[in-house]
Amino acid sequence: MLNWRSLLLTALLAGSLAACATPPEKDSGAAGDGENTAATAEGSRLDVVKDRGRLICGVDGGIPGFSYVDEDSNYSGIDVDICKAVAAAVLGDADAVEYRKLDSTERFTALAGGEVDMLSRNTTWTISRDTSVGLEFAPTTFYDGQGMMVRADSGLETLEDFDGKSVCVEAGTTTELNLTDKMREAGVDPEVKTYQQADPAYQAYDDELCDGFTSDKSQLLARRTTLSDPEAHILLDVTMSKEPLGPVTINNDSAWFDVVKWVTYGLIEAEELGITSENVSEMEGSDDPTVRRFLGAEGELGEGIGLESDFMVNAIEAVGNYSEVYERNLGKDSQFKLDRGLNALWTDGGLLYAPPFR
Amino acid sequence: MIATPPPSTGPIAPPPEIRDTSLNWIKKNLLTPWYNALITLAIAGLAGLVLNNFLRWAINLDGDPNKAQWNVIPANLAIFAVGRYPDEQYWRLWIALGIVAILAGLSWGVVARSVKLFSRNVLIGLAIAACICFLIPVPISPWRLLSVTMLGLVAGSAWLGQQLGRKVPQLGQYTSFAWLGSFLIYLWLLGGNLGLEPVRTGEWGGIMLTVFLAIISILLCFPIGVTMALGRQSELPVVRWFSVAYIEVIRGIPLIAILFMGQVIVPLFLPEGMRPDRVLRAVVGLTLFSSAYLAENVRGGLQSIPRGQEEAAQALGLNAPLTVSLVVLPQALKAVIPAIVGQFISLFQDTTLLSIVGLEELLGMSRSILANPNFIGRYAEVYLFVGVLYWFFCYAMSSGSRYVEKRLNTEHR
Repeated sequence: MLNWRSLLLTALLAGSLAACATPPEKDSGAAGDGENTAATAEGSRLDVVKDRGRLICGVDGGIPGFSYVDEDSNYSGIDVDICKAVAAAVLGDADAVEYRKLDSTERFTALAGGEVDMLSRNTTWTISRDTSVGLEFAPTTFYDGQGMMVRADSGLETLEDFDGKSVCVEAGTTTELNLTDKMREAGVDPEVKTYQQADPAYQAYDDELCDGFTSDKSQLLARRTTLSDPEAHILLDVTMSKEPLGPVTINNDSAWFDVVKWVTYGLIEAEELGITSENVSEMEGSDDPTVRRFLGAEGELGEGIGLESDFMVNAIEAVGNYSEVYERNLGKDSQFKLDRGLNALWTDGGLLYAPPFR
Repeated sequence: MIATPPPSTGPIAPPPEIRDTSLNWIKKNLLTPWYNALITLAIAGLAGLVLNNFLRWAINLDGDPNKAQWNVIPANLAIFAVGRYPDEQYWRLWIALGIVAILAGLSWGVVARSVKLFSRNVLIGLAIAACICFLIPVPISPWRLLSVTMLGLVAGSAWLGQQLGRKVPQLGQYTSFAWLGSFLIYLWLLGGNLGLEPVRTGEWGGIMLTVFLAIISILLCFPIGVTMALGRQSELPVVRWFSVAYIEVIRGIPLIAILFMGQVIVPLFLPEGMRPDRVLRAVVGLTLFSSAYLAENVRGGLQSIPRGQEEAAQALGLNAPLTVSLVVLPQALKAVIPAIVGQFISLFQDTTLLSIVGLEELLGMSRSILANPNFIGRYAEVYLFVGVLYWFFCYAMSSGSRYVEKRLNTEHR
């Protein structure tokens, strides 16, 4: 019995499908220009960013000191400052950044799909990510390493002391795997207590449910300030893994990768040359040819990577040199008071070394 | 409280006139026989202990670092409310909220036109709400004044609505249309363009984004769900197969997978510039998901309507669309209101999953606030606050649904 109801339904169905299909146009004004659609195939991401007038930067959004939202509802942190520096260098405006919060599982997919222009999201540089995942790693902005926190009065000094003790760790991270590896190497068998999230894990350690806590050293030091008695905890002098963290772009886009790479190097070079956000305008009139070249007062370094010659002036005015970025977010001007350690300039015994700008 | 159980052993019924007093109720239900008294004591003791510990933690007047430090809430109140929406554009949100307040008041007045509007309970509620608005330690001082103004708008337009509603009986229909029409105004106020500075959806966040996502998805999933439910019972094979396939496929996929596909996988196939907005993708995902569940709820209602209803409608000469829209659907939907509202409430709660795919709705925003070095480790305070907010919205929805149910029942009997 073919009746009216069925006809009505077909019409309704068609209508609702059409309604589903149309809304995208409503927001096209906010989504940016529809040009440069084939950019990923032919042009560079650099042109996409310039045309859009906005950098889309993938951040974690939930790591103290690296990326978080402050009371004035601005993103802050060392990862965020790298995004700002790149935006300032490319677009001349450090605020022309759209931040995308990315989970650790979706970050590479989002980058590969072009949802974000770059990642500045606590990503460890490894060979498999560099090759098989298809990423390009810009210079390391933070050298981290996995450490172990214990109570000062526990008498634990090395990993060998951990036989029969317990260690708290976040589940599903490389940290957990490293712990197992290192403990097997040391020939001891501690009880590993895994927690799905950071907050309950630290709470468990604070409640003395485990003897040690392992995570990246920067995280341990940051979290130590929030324990009920921060002075009662020490970090053992062991480094269980290397964790070089830095910005990431997609493979096969050298022009864009070069921009991110050299802006990052530029922040390091600026510290070496003694250029800060305060004196950068004076330094442009300096007599030193290296400084003049670096700031674009002389030569054409910027044009080589498709930017204005004074691209580093904008970046430094926006966030300062590497030392300023570090001290503001993690170092002595922050709550964490992290030493520079490996993150000092090569001239001070650290690992930061920028190739010459010439 | 520590009354000894009555010594009597025989089944002597107490005189009926004292059965209703609360003391007797306690005696009868909690303290007899003796082992119930023990259980009551144990549970009351445990609850008291928990409450005591909680209050000791929550009330922190001397700045003890091991107790709750509530300053994280007022310091970030604006972020909880609207995320990273630019603060020089907040006035637009206040206007939008003002329109909501006026419409809510009008509808309330119209609905309650035959009863006393400001009964004692309502007045007490308004007074409490006003006190809360004034006492909340907001860093931005005009906020207090503005939020009290909003309450005033609700009360004022309720009175107006009642007066008008008595004169113009059809006002109820107009307010429904006004709600729908005002939606475009909200979109314009929130998103900008057409003379207002555009605010990208990437800067929407907090409660605003949560409520926005939930409301749009609810509005969209309802017609789709009803259509699918009717389609599943259709006699046209293509329509029926399509509906069945849609419902069964969507119900077979977890919501997080749909959202993840929308946020991360779909862009892989679409070139830059052709990608729909992220908030829109989230709305589509939520709508697709909940309309499949809604369809099954509505189908339950449709099947509960006796065949005779339809036959009677046909005997009266109604054609198929009229039979469905005037006879079958109204009864079917009324029968499944609790299930539908349950679906809406869980849709509201499902918006939290979007924090996993990086939208800054209430829960996602909380995570970013917790990473602020000034507030590290304040998660108990923040999650408690967020939990209370979610409870507030869900409870409002379910009490609203109870009210609607009651009204519909009385009208038909």
